Amino acid sequence: MARYSIGIDLGTTNSAASYFELDRSAARGREQTMLAIPQVTAVGTVEARPLLPSFLYLPNAQEFPAAALGLPWAKTEGSLIVGEFARAHGAKVPARLVSSAKSWLSHAGVDRQSAILPWQAPEDVKRVSPVDASRHYLAHVRSAWDNQFPDTPFAEQDVVLTVPASFDAAARELTLAAAQQAGLPSITLLEEPQAAFYAWTEQMGERFRHYVKPGDVILVVDVGGGTSDFSLIAVTDRAGEVELTRVAVGDHILLGGDNMDLALAYAVNQRLTADGKKLDTWQFNALTFACRQAKEAMFANAKLARAPLVVPGRGSSLIGGTIKAELTRDELTRVLTDGFFPKVPVTEVPKTARSTGLTQMALPYAQDAGVTRHLAAFLTRQARALATAHNVPVKIEGKAFVHPTAVLFNGGVFKSALLKDRVLEVLNQWLTADGGTAIKELEGAELDLAVARGAAYYGWARHGHGLRIRGGTGRAYYVGVETAMPAVPGMEPPVRALCVAPFGMEEGTKADIPPQEFGLVVGEPTRFRFFSSSVRRDDPVGAMLDNPADSDEFEEVAPIESTLPVEAGNEGRLVPVNLQAAVTEVGTLELRCLEKGGPGRWKLELNVRMKE
Amino acid sequence: MQTTIPEPSFFARLKLAFRVLGDASLAREVALLAPATEGTPVEPPPEKTHASGLAVLALLQREGRLIDFLKEDVSGFSDSDIGAAARIVHAGSRKVVEQYITLEPVLKDAEGANVTVPAGFSAERIRLTGNVAGQPPFRGSLKHHGWVATSVRFPAVSEALDPRVIAPAEVEL
Repeated sequence: MARYSIGIDLGTTNSAASYFELDRSAARGREQTMLAIPQVTAVGTVEARPLLPSFLYLPNAQEFPAAALGLPWAKTEGSLIVGEFARAHGAKVPARLVSSAKSWLSHAGVDRQSAILPWQAPEDVKRVSPVDASRHYLAHVRSAWDNQFPDTPFAEQDVVLTVPASFDAAARELTLAAAQQAGLPSITLLEEPQAAFYAWTEQMGERFRHYVKPGDVILVVDVGGGTSDFSLIAVTDRAGEVELTRVAVGDHILLGGDNMDLALAYAVNQRLTADGKKLDTWQFNALTFACRQAKEAMFANAKLARAPLVVPGRGSSLIGGTIKAELTRDELTRVLTDGFFPKVPVTEVPKTARSTGLTQMALPYAQDAGVTRHLAAFLTRQARALATAHNVPVKIEGKAFVHPTAVLFNGGVFKSALLKDRVLEVLNQWLTADGGTAIKELEGAELDLAVARGAAYYGWARHGHGLRIRGGTGRAYYVGVETAMPAVPGMEPPVRALCVAPFGMEEGTKADIPPQEFGLVVGEPTRFRFFSSSVRRDDPVGAMLDNPADSDEFEEVAPIESTLPVEAGNEGRLVPVNLQAAVTEVGTLELRCLEKGGPGRWKLELNVRMKE
Repeated sequence: MQTTIPEPSFFARLKLAFRVLGDASLAREVALLAPATEGTPVEPPPEKTHASGLAVLALLQREGRLIDFLKEDVSGFSDSDIGAAARIVHAGSRKVVEQYITLEPVLKDAEGANVTVPAGFSAERIRLTGNVAGQPPFRGSLKHHGWVATSVRFPAVSEALDPRVIAPAEVEL
């Protein structure tokens, strides 16, 4: 029997865990307890910190003295390093450092179950898969818990694990796989922007009803270390009770705070190179760090026109080896505020480089750094989708984009009031131009730890204690069906999309079975192309749509595959099947093949590598 | 539970004495067992006694490059170069100080203010200077408010490591 709800924020650059005693009768308010996570912070030193940097270092056998990497729960083990020291030392040995595993987890262009990280590692490094890396972070949190709470083992608690709202079915499935491999048998997935909103409501307590009223549409802007994630939550009234519905989620955008510090460092480095000063990798990292400090200082004090940047040399001569530079206010505004949060009209779309036709092997970073452009695209696309949809709690009524009434910020990037103000300014500019009313900010959010805290709160609220956000899946899913036509050399037959999972499926529900039949050959893998849409809200199961590959309403995701197991003498037999989708209690999508007129039931694998 | 071994009889002791006389290696083991009655006990080497002090230096070097700074000859450098390096030392060492100890002034009054040092004051916390005469309470002007660590949280460093290594040499391959 679980005694605690534990919320884990498995972040791109930092992870954190918060816990909540389930038999509490009231929310924790501002005291949202964080788990202190012991980690190696230097050779021979273990310290507990609330944040566990999501970095994994794969050391060489001779690299460190014996007993230098022991942890309270593993005195002698030292084959892998997770956390602060992994990050710090890995900056000097990048080829052995696994970083941004979460971004790789959502990259369908690679086989996410195979050992591919570190991406540029030399031969002798025993690489790990993106799933393995996530498993190591989770296992570390689990051990930290078990070490501090030996009477209430982690595996027996209610664990809520957060994922970006933009994670597709395959990425969620892989997150679940990582959790299971880390020995967490029962977990629930929760979308990060929702977790941030739960944390805010818990902090506000009953006062929250004062800020949020029926008719409101809350925009959650979550800019983490590596990803930008948007969600819309509608507030409605149902028989006198406030009801919250997550109506839309944005697409997956690999763009975050880390890109911003890097952009500043590149800008400064250009000047240094022009002066004939060359930085090595370690110094460039130090410069990035110095830029972050300077940025924070200048954002905190608007009067500061410039901030000094000093990059120490690697050698023991500190004074002689130090490189001096400075960051000016103009540069900060140009690179960061205008570069990442440009003042653009709501009609401006992000630049994409999708049409190159080449499979990107490295991470598919966002081509356009303008967060506000991505936000504009999200709000306009969703307005078009909601305008024609039935039964939605948001009224569009001819507006050019969804008019949010309040915005909740999340992510360390927004510690800077200047950046929050810029987003508010841009949103208000759009709203005024479209005849809307000014937006307000839901203040008081805890930007770094909100996701873990909100997840723990959700674990408690699920037991009937508090308000829950409804919504179901934020996407509809389709299987690609090749249309029958005479073969034309060099031309792929056109593909149509068969809806198998409608938009908004709730946890623990099954979709209807589409009438279309497929023939699967026993023993041979059958692969289907797979599509998702975050805007087609009304397609019923069985709907057949033309040309998903050419439509911007669909996004092709990793294909799905199934191999019917060989049994006594049935090899090569053609089995007619129907497809059925279900959303598990955990929050993942499952697709099954049901044998037509027979007892056969087979699961389809979601995370197959996309073909090149 | 401890078992009590009965004391050996006189003859048994005599027999043991002869065995010790005849067997050098047994004699060494007995000598190790007997409490050191003569001479001083073996002291741990100074680096073990002062391991925590060395660990703080290692911490200040790692975060703030303090040892590099102190060991460098500053005479040939301009003030602006020294200033730039001082920023690194300041930022890093400050981080260590803020993270691992809480420092507060001994006296909360502003420096320059007139203060009263009461009878029974702590001579450890307050140092009297100038015209020190007579009996407390004393009246005087606060020159330096002093510092006292109100909490100390330095991390434990593995005892298996040699505390003499303040910073390892770095060899790039």
